[in-house]
Amino acid sequence: MLPFILKRVFQSLLVLIITGAIAFSMFTFVGDPIDNMLGQERTMEDVERLRAQLGLDQPIPVQYVKFLGEAVQGNFGVSYRQGREVSEIIKERAPATLELAALSAVFAIVVGIALGVFTAIRRDGFVANFIMSSSLIGVSLPTFLIGILLIYLFSVELGWLPSFGRGEVVRVGWWSTGFLTETGLKALILPSITLGLYQMTLIMRLVRSEMLEVLRQDYIRFARARGLSERVINFRHALKNTMVPVITVIGLQLGAIIAFAIITETVFQWPGLGLLFINAIQFVDIPVMAAYLMMISVMFVVINLLVDILYAFIDPRLRVSAK
Amino acid sequence: MTEPVLSIRDLTVEIPTRHGLFKPVQNVTYDIRPGEIRGVVGESGAGKSMTGNAVIGLLDDPARIASGEIWLKGRRIDNLGVEEQRAIRGGEIGMIFQDPLTSLNPLFTIGEQLVETIQLHLKVSGKEAKERALALLDRVSIPDPKTRFDQYPHQFSGGMRQRVVIALALCSEPSVIVADEPTTALDVSIQAQVLDLIKELARETQVGVILVTHDMGVIADTTEQVTVMYNGQVVENGSTDQVLSAPKHEYTKSLIAAVPRPQVKLHRFPQVSYGGRETTFKIEDLARNWAKTEPSKSGKLLEVEGITKKFLEKSAILPSWRTYFTAVDEVTFDIKDGEVFGLVGESGSGKSTVARMIGTLLDVDGGRIRFDGEEVTAMTPAQIAGYRRQIQMIFQDPFSSLNPRMKVESIVAEPLRHHKLLPVDQISGRVQELLDRVGLTRAAAAKYPHEFSGGQRQRISIARALATQPRFLICDEPTSALDVSIQAQILNILKDLQEHLGLTMLFISHDLPVVRQMCDRVGVMKQGQLIEVQETETLFADPRQDYTKKLLELMPRLAQLSG
Repeated sequence: MLPFILKRVFQSLLVLIITGAIAFSMFTFVGDPIDNMLGQERTMEDVERLRAQLGLDQPIPVQYVKFLGEAVQGNFGVSYRQGREVSEIIKERAPATLELAALSAVFAIVVGIALGVFTAIRRDGFVANFIMSSSLIGVSLPTFLIGILLIYLFSVELGWLPSFGRGEVVRVGWWSTGFLTETGLKALILPSITLGLYQMTLIMRLVRSEMLEVLRQDYIRFARARGLSERVINFRHALKNTMVPVITVIGLQLGAIIAFAIITETVFQWPGLGLLFINAIQFVDIPVMAAYLMMISVMFVVINLLVDILYAFIDPRLRVSAK
Repeated sequence: MTEPVLSIRDLTVEIPTRHGLFKPVQNVTYDIRPGEIRGVVGESGAGKSMTGNAVIGLLDDPARIASGEIWLKGRRIDNLGVEEQRAIRGGEIGMIFQDPLTSLNPLFTIGEQLVETIQLHLKVSGKEAKERALALLDRVSIPDPKTRFDQYPHQFSGGMRQRVVIALALCSEPSVIVADEPTTALDVSIQAQVLDLIKELARETQVGVILVTHDMGVIADTTEQVTVMYNGQVVENGSTDQVLSAPKHEYTKSLIAAVPRPQVKLHRFPQVSYGGRETTFKIEDLARNWAKTEPSKSGKLLEVEGITKKFLEKSAILPSWRTYFTAVDEVTFDIKDGEVFGLVGESGSGKSTVARMIGTLLDVDGGRIRFDGEEVTAMTPAQIAGYRRQIQMIFQDPFSSLNPRMKVESIVAEPLRHHKLLPVDQISGRVQELLDRVGLTRAAAAKYPHEFSGGQRQRISIARALATQPRFLICDEPTSALDVSIQAQILNILKDLQEHLGLTMLFISHDLPVVRQMCDRVGVMKQGQLIEVQETETLFADPRQDYTKKLLELMPRLAQLSG
């Protein structure tokens, strides 16, 4: 088990070094930071002085190592646009995105697995068929359109839920949460559904097809021959086997939820990282873009690592047998 | 005579299809008495398993019992409700399936699976259930039950798993066990142990056993009563001795005649003639159009010298921490032109690994392989391609060795296309010819593999192997997944190929009677080593090694068979 984890950690580090290089290269290739920082009225001396001050006169590899060293400490420099520490801005925006992503993920996983199991067990039933065909909508409609439709229906026509923003938030330490106020909770509903709908339908379809496959296996037949009830067979024997491949996909989708939050946050004007990133792109705020890129890749890598470990936890065949 | 514990009366099972009602089981009647083992024998599709499934109420939709009755200890059970039938399953009637590798849930320990079943049927506390489970594991002779209890199925060998499956079937002291091909997936020696266990259990616990099998050897060794089924109907019922020595029905006679005899060597395998299913295999066609096979320079087509294969058992960062398992240990033999060389041994003895190394599917870790004087182990990639064209393989499982997404035409044409042996416009004609020769119709080319039976699929594999006009054929257990009658057809095709085309063959099998009929010389493998190589007749008449003697003794004796 330990060599397996070490190997994975090593691979993860390799991936991070490469994405770090991409993030770093943005500074060099997407415009000259000196141009961005100094205005029109600059002298050659100003340019030279700033270049030396920022260490831009040193060779590229040296700059990269320094960048990595700073990045490891969470230091991505100063935002060109806001003039504040990038790490501070991210710390301020992260709770909004993480709360939204967490709620969408819970929605996608719980509803997705439940519906997947249901449609697999009642696979010829009317309700199951209805769910399956309507799930196509979730897969095929783009996120922004679903968001706009939901806003039109629940905010404009019915007026039940707010159409933008986080509502009132409560500060707990540096973390700001929308879970503790009524407006905060209401504001979470539409964005979470919008963000999680695609993942939900995906998980549901995957669980369904995996479950159908598992139900065809001999050990399910044998479980029936042992006289076990359908409930025990479906939810104990079949579900656990179904989850083995599903977990990988869920892990990847969790990363995707955070990365895709960009669109949902734009539609709902959600003050999270996605919106921050979009604004950063519009204003070529490279330190923010680089930090965002690094953050997302760290997240993907960590989630994948956890999934691999979880995998071994569920499936005894992957554990090294003690001889 | 004691009262039967289970009686099947005039049972008919029907399946509605687009072409009307199909009846896989028709008017089947037989009894099982306590402690009795009744064999049900017949080919696949004869309705043996379907009858067993009907008994435990596990018919797959849309199959249903159309008429007839099933009585269990004086109680009619075929018309019970779903819940009542479920209580009987695993309670009064236990079930053992064919493949022990797939009938246990891989994600639960065997202890969990045993306790679950015991608690379901006996309503005892967790502690009592565990004690019972341990006693059961001990009962089926699993060593060290306390440790084994907490292990997962993948930590058990095939034979041990089948013992666990038997323990599961015994959980609630059933009065009948339905064993559906319980030893077909096991080695000869393991098969003998499992069958002994079943016999012992039947004698001691007075449980009645329905033993469904297609293997006449198992029937002869194990059962007291036998029911022969053909095409959904019982053609013969009676005591095993009587049915085997003096069969009344024509089908039984031809089935018994088709069982390969270990005692004598015949020129061809007798086929099951009943029902008019003779193959239309035109052997003289084969030799035409076949480029004359050149004899090898030295008279020895294949020379294997001290080949060794090691598999990584435990990986580690430092090479010195790694441990290896030696699957093949310095094996040396050679095969002459036109010879059929047999390789026998239990599973895990390294037979298939040897075949794969010769087929260059696995790298050799030591030693040399020479083909027609050329050293295979030192060939360049281009030379290897040429070598691979001359050797072809036929695998054991006709289901997984054909790509289910490819049509038969593309499957057979693939070697031709890959080795660019024919201009594109001639490929289709060649494929037709090949299919024709292995006894498949021309229409077969446009179909997908799942539309064929196991025997037909194995013919497709043969057609594919012949496409490149190989000089050397590796057959890795080519018939162990097939019925006796189909086995005879396939083996006869292979024999004909060998005779008419001068093919040289490596024939791997654990079925000794078949090896005796097929091979000129035989090598015996044990734990990666080749311990004995003999002319076939010498080996069977006068084995040198103790291990070979043991293997020969385990061979099912069909002494009481007629003919």
